[in-house]
Amino acid sequence: MPACSVVVRDLRFRYPGEHHDALHGLSIEVAEGERVAVLGPNGSGKTTFVMHLNGLLSMQSGEIRIGDLSVVEDNLREVRRVVGAVFQDADDQLFMSTVREDVAFGPANLGISGSELDELVERTLKRVGADGYADRNPHHLSGGEKRRVAIATVLSMDPHVLILDEPTSGLDPAGRRELIDLLSGLAQTQLIVTHDLPLALQLCARSVIVSGGKVVADAPTVELLSDVELLAQHRLELPMGFDPSRL
Amino acid sequence: MHAPDGFLQPSVALVTAILSIGVLALGLRHAGRELGDRQVPLAGVAAAFIFAAQMVNFPVAAGTTGHLLGGALAVVLLGPWVGMLVVSVVVIVQALLFADGGLTALGYNTLNMAIVTAFGGWAAFLLVRKVMPRTSGGVIGAGALAAGVSVVLSAAAFSIEWLFGASAPVAFDTVFGAMVGVHVLIGVGEAVLTGLVLSAVMASRPDLVIGANHLTSDELAVRSRVGMRPFLIGSVLAAVVVGVVISQFAASSPDGLERVAIDNGFAESATDHAFGSSLFSDYATAGVSNESLSLAVAGVAGIAVTLLVGGGVLSASRSVRRRQMV
Amino acid sequence: MSGAHGSTVSRIFIPGDSQIHRLSPETKLVAVVAAVIVMAVTPRHEVVAFALDAVGAWSVIALSGIGVRTYLKRLAVIIPFILFAVIVPFLSGGESVQVVGVSLSVDGLWATWNILVKAGLGATMSIALSATTPVAELLHGMTRLRVPRLLVAIIAFMLRYIDVLVEQLGRMRRSMVARGHDPRWLWQIKPIASSAGALFVRSYERGERVHQAMLARGYSGVMPVVNDRHASTREWLSVMAYPFMFAVVLVVVV
Repeated sequence: MPACSVVVRDLRFRYPGEHHDALHGLSIEVAEGERVAVLGPNGSGKTTFVMHLNGLLSMQSGEIRIGDLSVVEDNLREVRRVVGAVFQDADDQLFMSTVREDVAFGPANLGISGSELDELVERTLKRVGADGYADRNPHHLSGGEKRRVAIATVLSMDPHVLILDEPTSGLDPAGRRELIDLLSGLAQTQLIVTHDLPLALQLCARSVIVSGGKVVADAPTVELLSDVELLAQHRLELPMGFDPSRL
Repeated sequence: MHAPDGFLQPSVALVTAILSIGVLALGLRHAGRELGDRQVPLAGVAAAFIFAAQMVNFPVAAGTTGHLLGGALAVVLLGPWVGMLVVSVVVIVQALLFADGGLTALGYNTLNMAIVTAFGGWAAFLLVRKVMPRTSGGVIGAGALAAGVSVVLSAAAFSIEWLFGASAPVAFDTVFGAMVGVHVLIGVGEAVLTGLVLSAVMASRPDLVIGANHLTSDELAVRSRVGMRPFLIGSVLAAVVVGVVISQFAASSPDGLERVAIDNGFAESATDHAFGSSLFSDYATAGVSNESLSLAVAGVAGIAVTLLVGGGVLSASRSVRRRQMV
Repeated sequence: MSGAHGSTVSRIFIPGDSQIHRLSPETKLVAVVAAVIVMAVTPRHEVVAFALDAVGAWSVIALSGIGVRTYLKRLAVIIPFILFAVIVPFLSGGESVQVVGVSLSVDGLWATWNILVKAGLGATMSIALSATTPVAELLHGMTRLRVPRLLVAIIAFMLRYIDVLVEQLGRMRRSMVARGHDPRWLWQIKPIASSAGALFVRSYERGERVHQAMLARGYSGVMPVVNDRHASTREWLSVMAYPFMFAVVLVVVV
C-alpha cells in the first residue's frame, strides 16, 4: 500500500530579514493513509509548514519524518519521490509544453524512460480521468482539468504522501466535485491545506488549525467546525446556512 | 528592426552568425554557472516577460503609440549574461515562430538587438551609475539613460554592418544618419519606458534588480522623488543635445538625394578605390564624394560601439568572477 | 521595429494532417534553414531561379492547407521592410530610368527587388514551418539537432508562459480601462509602465515557483529527455530533397 506516516516535531522557521517566527514550534502526527485538513487564516504559516515536508524550505530547528525517512539534506532526493506536492497555482506545476511531458517530468528525473515511461504517463492520466489529454498544451486546459493533471504529475512518481495546497481554489462546482471524487479514491496519506471548510468536512475525518506558526487545534473535523467561537478566533467561517452537525 | 532574409550580404550574415553563436555559447556557460539551475525557468519566464512587454503599446502623442524593446531593461534587472541570453531568445523565437526577422538574418539581428544592446547597455549603465547618487533614483536614472544609449548603439552597429554588406546602393552616410537619427528618438521613448518600469520594480521588489545589488538597504530606502514632467523634459532635452551632435556628423555629409543628383555615375569609379573594392561593400561607400569622411564617421561609430560592448562584456565577466570568489 | 506580433503562441500552430504536418520536426527545421540559405545566396538577377523558388515555397504552403488568408496575414510582418525597399530607388545612385517622369536608380530598383523577394520567400518558409509544427515538437526537433539543452529549455519555458503573461497583462489593462484610463499622451503612461513593472515582479516570482515545482519532482539541474524518437534516414532523404531542389535550380539557372 503506497502510504506512510508523517511525524513533525517542534518545527521552527524564520524567513531571512524577518523579526517573527513563521513557524513557532509546530508539531503534528499523521498516520498511514490518513487524510488531514490543515486550516488557518492567511499568513498563519500553513504554506511554510507544508513546504518543509518535501524540503523546499530547509529546516532551521525541529524534526520531520516521512515513514522511516528523515527529511534532511542527504535524503532530499528520496523524500521528494515519496512526498508529492501539488501547488496552489496549477500553471506553476504544469511548466512543460505538453501534458505528457509534464506528467513524465518527475519519473524521467527518477530515471524511467522509453515505453515504460509512456505507459506510466497513460496509466496516470487515466487514473485522474484525463486520458487522451497527453498531447494537449497545458495552457488550453480548464481550471478543473489543470488541477487533475497537476495531481497526475506527482502521482506518476508513485508518492506515499500527498500535499495539496488549496486544491479547490478557482474551480467551478462540478470541477470541485470531480476533484473530491478523485482525492477520496487515492490511498496516499494526504495533507490538504484549504480555506474550503465544507471540503475539509467531506474529505477529512480529522482537521488541524494552524495559527501563529503552530497547531492550535487538532480534532475530528465535525467537532472543529461546530465550534463557532474557535473558528471565529482564527478568521475561519463556514458558508452561510451550512451546518456541519446536520451532515 | 527585425531585418528579413537577404537584407545584408551573405558574408555579413555568416560572420555575424558565427559571432553571435560564440557569444551565446559563452552566455550559456556563464548562466549555467552563475546562479545554477534556478536560472533556467527564471530566464525562460523573463524572456516571456520581455516578449509580452514588447506587445504593450504606449501612447506617444495624439493616439500614436510606441513600444519597449527591453535590451537594457533586461540587463539591469537580470545582469548582463542572463539579460543577453533572454533578449537573444526573444529574437530567435520571433524569427522561428513569428517570421519576424529572417532565419538567415538571425546572426546580425541577434548581434544588433540582443548582444549590442545588452553589453553596450550594461557598460553605459555602469558608467552612468558611477556619477549618479547611490540611491534607487540613481539606479533608475542610470538604467533609463543606458536604455536610450543601447538603442542608438544598436542602430550604429547596423549601419556599420551596412558598410560591409549593403544590399542596396544607399551610402553608409545616409544609412547612418537615418538609422541613428531615428533611433535617437526611439531611444528617448526607450529611456522613459525603461525608467518607469524600473522604478515600478524598485518600488516593490528592489532585491530583484541586479543593477541595484550594490546598494545597502538604507540607500535603497532613500526615495528621490522626481515628477513625471521634469523627468520627461529632462530626457527630451538630453535627446535634443545628442541629436544636434549627430546631425553635425550628418550635415557635413550631403543629403543622400541631393548627392545622387550631383554625383550620378560616380558609383563605378568609387569601386576602384582601395578600400571600396576590398573590405567594404561597394554600395556603402558609393555615391559619396568624400569617402574618407564616410569612413571616419564609420570608424568613430565603430570604436564607440566596440568600446561600450567590449567594456560591458569585460565588466560582466569580472562581476561573475567576483561572485564566484565570494 | 514592428510591434504587432499578431498572434500569441497558442495560435501559431494550425492543426492539420497534411504531408507537411506529418514530417518530423528536425528534418523540417533543417530543410527550411537550408532552403532559406540557398535563396539568400541566389544572385538577385536570377529572376527565373526566384520564380522557381517561389513555386516551390508556395507549393509547400498549398500542401500544408493552412489557407491563403492565414498565410497573407502572417506575411504582413515584412511590411516595414517593403516600405524601406520602396524608398531605396529614390535614395540610390548610378544609372537611372524615367518612370512617369520620376528618375529612379536602376541599381536601386534591383535592390528593391532583392529585398522583397528574399524577405518574402524567407518569411514564407518560416511560416510554413511554424504553422505545421506544434511548438513542443519543434522543441524536440531542436534537442535532437543538438541545440544546447539549456537554450532549448529556456525557449520552452518562454513559450509556455508567454500566453499566461499576456493574459495577466490583459487583465491589468482591462482593470485600468474599467476605471476610465485612456492615455493619449506620453506623460500619461505611468500607469501602463507600472503595470509592466508589476508584470516583471509577478514573472520573476512565477519563475521561482516553477523552479520549486521542478525541485519537488526531482529536478537536479538537467532537463530530462522525455521524447527521444529520431527521424529515419528515409525521412531525412525525402525532406532534404526539397532544399536540394532549390540548390539545383540555383546551379542550373546560374
